[in-house]
Amino acid sequence: MTHELWTGQLDAYLDGELDSGELTKLDSHLRECPACAAEGLRRLQWKKTVQAAGQRYVADPKLRERVARALRPRVARTLLSALRLGPAAAAALAIILGLAGISLYRENVHRERNNQIVSELADLHVSTLASSTPVDVVSSDRHTVKPWFAGKIPFTFDVPELQGSPFELVGGRVSYLEQSPGAELIFRVRKHQISVFIFQARAISERFPSAGPIDARSFHFETWTRNRLRYFAIGDASQEDIQGLSNLLKSKQ
Amino acid sequence: MSFEQLALPLFDRLYNFAHWLTQNRDEAEDLVQETYAKALKGFSSFQPGTNFKAWMFRILRNTFLNSRTGLKAATVPFDPSEEDPALPVENQTPETILIDRTRREIMQTAIEELPVVYREVLLLCEVEEMSYQEIAATVAIPIGTVMSRLSRARRLLRQAVERKLQLRSAS
Repeated sequence: MTHELWTGQLDAYLDGELDSGELTKLDSHLRECPACAAEGLRRLQWKKTVQAAGQRYVADPKLRERVARALRPRVARTLLSALRLGPAAAAALAIILGLAGISLYRENVHRERNNQIVSELADLHVSTLASSTPVDVVSSDRHTVKPWFAGKIPFTFDVPELQGSPFELVGGRVSYLEQSPGAELIFRVRKHQISVFIFQARAISERFPSAGPIDARSFHFETWTRNRLRYFAIGDASQEDIQGLSNLLKSKQ
Repeated sequence: MSFEQLALPLFDRLYNFAHWLTQNRDEAEDLVQETYAKALKGFSSFQPGTNFKAWMFRILRNTFLNSRTGLKAATVPFDPSEEDPALPVENQTPETILIDRTRREIMQTAIEELPVVYREVLLLCEVEEMSYQEIAATVAIPIGTVMSRLSRARRLLRQAVERKLQLRSAS
């Protein structure tokens, strides 16, 4: 292939759109050809500049509040309208709000604890990314990674077939949460890495949300429970990618 | 999952994209609010398991295209003679010059000046990091068209930045 043909693939390469065969070929060419490698670097630099320039506009916080308010469930608005019904309704509402206040306080205590768990998982994910040895077992083969955990953690789990999906298994390592051992699987999607943590469900507080996305600083986060195991997927990939990987894992359980 | 849980995390991204399309704060605010209102109304038609982000961006884009500014932007003819002008050879490439404090401003102005059909695919790819498949679903065009528009957008952007750098060095 000529240089033009190789460089013609560079944009798709940087966009994460080459299939694995093309990717391997271009990867090995870039290692051998300084001219194409320099062109790749130039395009990457350009891409980063466009990306930074494109993140330009920040909305007025009042607009966000207006939109959020319009989407909120109508229950709160119904309660407020009861205020117009007179003293009896207002007294009843005061009792309801008082009880709600106590419940809210208890919720806040639990939420604080839940935030700690999410923070701990985010820290584990970041330390994996920053580590010079991010995985203890390096393999894209699920039949290698799963048996590696035998005897190291007190449970077993299944890893789905990833062929035909955008996800790639990088490897795994043993991790700890709330002093309980568990598995951390590292997946790659395009240029992002996602950690999937698996622990025994009993190690996690029952008050921790049993499923759904959770705000985890700037990361996307998804959790679910299957077969008495608690799964957490976290990463800087898009929420759709996190959900896609979660769905694949759920389908195997 | 509720509409609120799915849609609110996309707020900042939708606003940024809306402002790039309209190039006006007030219009961007109206566009975002209208997008959320339409999406909430049509949420029952959203198929779980399909791409929610692409769905929201598609609603925003269609709403924009039906607005006065959108209709105007979509009908601005693009002058093909602007493509591939013969530029003098420079030792300093746009990439190296761009590594200075004005790089972002020059790039932003160049993106602003791109015709909307190129601007939108470029932003969805570079800023939203959407796959070609997701862009195709958002803009409702075939993947081949996404690739050709993206390639053209990048070429036009590069030419625009080069022109701006030449003007700056000449002044």
